[in-house]
Amino acid sequence: MARITLASSLAPYTDGELELRLEVANVRQLFQALGERFPELQAHLETGIAVAIDNEIYQDALLQPIARDSEVILIEKIAGG
Amino acid sequence: MSTTLKYQEKALKLVGTRPLRPDGVDKVTGRARFGADYNLSGQLIGKVLRSPHAHARIKSIDTSAALALPGVKAVVTREDFAEMPDELAAVGELTINFRDVTRNMMAREKALYDGHPVAAVAATTESVAKHALALIKVDYEVLPHVIDVVEAMQPGAPLLHENQYTQGVKPRPERASNVAKRLEFGRGDVAAGFAAADVIVEREFSTKPVHQGYIEPQACLASYSADGQAELWTSTQGHFVFRAQCAKVLQMEVAKIRVTPTEIGGGFGGKNNIYNEALAIALSRKSNHPVKMVMTREEVFRGTGPTPGANVKVKLGATRDGKITAAEAELNFQAGAFPGSPVNQASMCAFTRYDLENVRVVGNDVTVNRPKVAAYRAPGAPIAVFGVESVIDEMAKKLGLDPIEFRLKNAAKEGTQTYYGPKLGVIGYIQTLEAARAHPHYSAALGPNQGRGVATGFWFNIGNETTCSLNVQEDGSLTLNLGTIDVAGGSRASMAMMVAEELGIAYERVRPIVGDTSTLGFNFLTAGSRSTFASGMASVIASRQVIEKLRQRVAKIREVPLEAVAWKDGQALPADASAAQFAPMSLTEIARMAGKTGGTIAGHAEINAQGAGPGFGTHIVDVEVDRQTGAVKIVRYTVVQDVGKAIHPAYVEGQMQGGAAQGIGWALNEEYVYGDDGVLQNPGFLDYRIPVASDLPRIDTVIVEVPNPNHPYGVRGCGEVPIIAPMAAIANAIENATGLRLTQQPFSPPRVLQALDAAAAAKG
Repeated sequence: MARITLASSLAPYTDGELELRLEVANVRQLFQALGERFPELQAHLETGIAVAIDNEIYQDALLQPIARDSEVILIEKIAGG
Repeated sequence: MSTTLKYQEKALKLVGTRPLRPDGVDKVTGRARFGADYNLSGQLIGKVLRSPHAHARIKSIDTSAALALPGVKAVVTREDFAEMPDELAAVGELTINFRDVTRNMMAREKALYDGHPVAAVAATTESVAKHALALIKVDYEVLPHVIDVVEAMQPGAPLLHENQYTQGVKPRPERASNVAKRLEFGRGDVAAGFAAADVIVEREFSTKPVHQGYIEPQACLASYSADGQAELWTSTQGHFVFRAQCAKVLQMEVAKIRVTPTEIGGGFGGKNNIYNEALAIALSRKSNHPVKMVMTREEVFRGTGPTPGANVKVKLGATRDGKITAAEAELNFQAGAFPGSPVNQASMCAFTRYDLENVRVVGNDVTVNRPKVAAYRAPGAPIAVFGVESVIDEMAKKLGLDPIEFRLKNAAKEGTQTYYGPKLGVIGYIQTLEAARAHPHYSAALGPNQGRGVATGFWFNIGNETTCSLNVQEDGSLTLNLGTIDVAGGSRASMAMMVAEELGIAYERVRPIVGDTSTLGFNFLTAGSRSTFASGMASVIASRQVIEKLRQRVAKIREVPLEAVAWKDGQALPADASAAQFAPMSLTEIARMAGKTGGTIAGHAEINAQGAGPGFGTHIVDVEVDRQTGAVKIVRYTVVQDVGKAIHPAYVEGQMQGGAAQGIGWALNEEYVYGDDGVLQNPGFLDYRIPVASDLPRIDTVIVEVPNPNHPYGVRGCGEVPIIAPMAAIANAIENATGLRLTQQPFSPPRVLQALDAAAAAKG
């Protein structure tokens, strides 16, 4: 199972739970699983979250594969000027 | 599907050289057409009525007298735009609350800042339009206002949004607040880290809002036709995003709006979102005429987004031998009238240059009665870094360490765990510090009243959705149609260079253009230092697709297997001596035969580029302080930056110099000045002072190239990083010159003089 870590800024939406393991094959499945587990996180998942898969940051990449032994970190989405 | 192309080291012929930009001649001869240069026959002039109050309930709007004025063809108010739900919506790649967008574009229940649009008029001439604005009667109930971020956070402060409850706080607050959102990032045990420190430095800083200061005010021309389709010409950093926003607020189908980007006279983040564009389309729809709207400079200041002002608290602990044990910051950012300051990104940038075990950053996004803030190069980062790098400098001094040596002792490197999420990949921060330390500037002698400062910056850089097409024309020249706006930085040249490099042809044979929204699929904004990274990747993909098609065509023409055909230096030739032999064919020869051998040849790319490589920079500045007037003169300035790979070094240097120049203005002079009535007092360049050429020395640049492993040429990006360090570097230089630690931006003559006088008085 992939090791999932949420940025500490997301703690208010997960009752403080920031680390878990999930059987997911891509980002879409990850977001779906997290949304079901943490309903308050749902709105953030849809609009304001990027993921780092094995330390590579992906934005708006729902179909990006996640390997079984991947380390996935959810972070705030990044924009710019 | 997301796309990444790995870096391949190879001998380069064009990439890294300095050819002329394709838009250069038109710009220096005055031929280039910017937003205000577009006109259509029968067009009307649109003007906006703006609130004179910082905070007021709009009880009624009477437009009857304006509509009765001869020459007035249409008036729009809040009644002409649909109510949008209070929810975040993804539009293109942007996440926006359209309830706020519609209210910022045109006030509804309340005017929330001086300059907030209340109505718009389209008339046959500008003078008639202005006269009509004066005839619109708005009944305001003036409300108490708040423009200071710390005051706005206090209980009992005037509330902008009665239904706004702070997000990110558990349990949900019972009272509404101007604090829209609270964020907290961190790792380790900060309390234990401070307990382990030998020295602790703690400071509080404040900054004022500053404007992006683009030289071209917002300008657009809209034409809505009777069949429900609209055309829009506008100065924008993202024509696809503008189309999406207009479609949403006007409730039109996306494909029915065609947006043509004009040349742009600067944006720097300030042209990421619509202001007048949807108003112009609405006025055109109502009047059945094209409508042109050009902002005045006063409107730009009063009505468009500056970057936030902020209150920043920083605490740092370190051991005597120079190891940082704990770092903490609180960032309170003005969002303006609606939530959405860049405090999240500022929080993530605050300490990322350092390898830290114990970190905590709290950010608050606070609504105040000012214009809604907009992005400005590396949004938020310069504000956070002003505080952090000032404290870093003070700590180095307390420890008796050279400021670069102290940074090197704690510098982030490949594998460093960030406090916001992932570990850093291949980065060049240490290389920029070492290059700065080795630069002659760093060891040059200083004169009387002069001081030297150093500061560093980090920005993530991004990729995102990107499109382009590459058409081989019948004579073998190529047209590169890009979806990414060239915000005058020269990105068109860089894309053409990568295409020419891939194909092995002359740069001049590639004509890059930025296409309108009907010619390509969705393409994200030019923002976040993404253009050359993402659009470059797309251009390389399109080029390789063209090469593949050229090889296939030659294989058919010469009747040889595909694998026997190689592509080199602009021609197809036998792969090697053992392959089937044939007479080589040049790109021109193939193109001339294309129509009769299967049709025209083109490549294209529709990608979501991933793998952006972070950028780091180190700045050195020498200042001279006039102790009689408080004026601070920039004597010497050097920017050292890791850009991954400089495709066109001159334009990369231009980005580095431009960012530093804007940062210098931010540090020394720029600020929004409000009266007690909440009305902006300096909405013009006479009273809002940006640096001019005579204020600045030549800004030296040192390009460091640590290739990004996720780009075919190693590109990282370069536009955001150079604005991050100047404010802190200059504050540190002033301290070095005078012994005064300035914590309130700008370091303008009155403020510096006040600090000098106070220091003298304290000495007795």
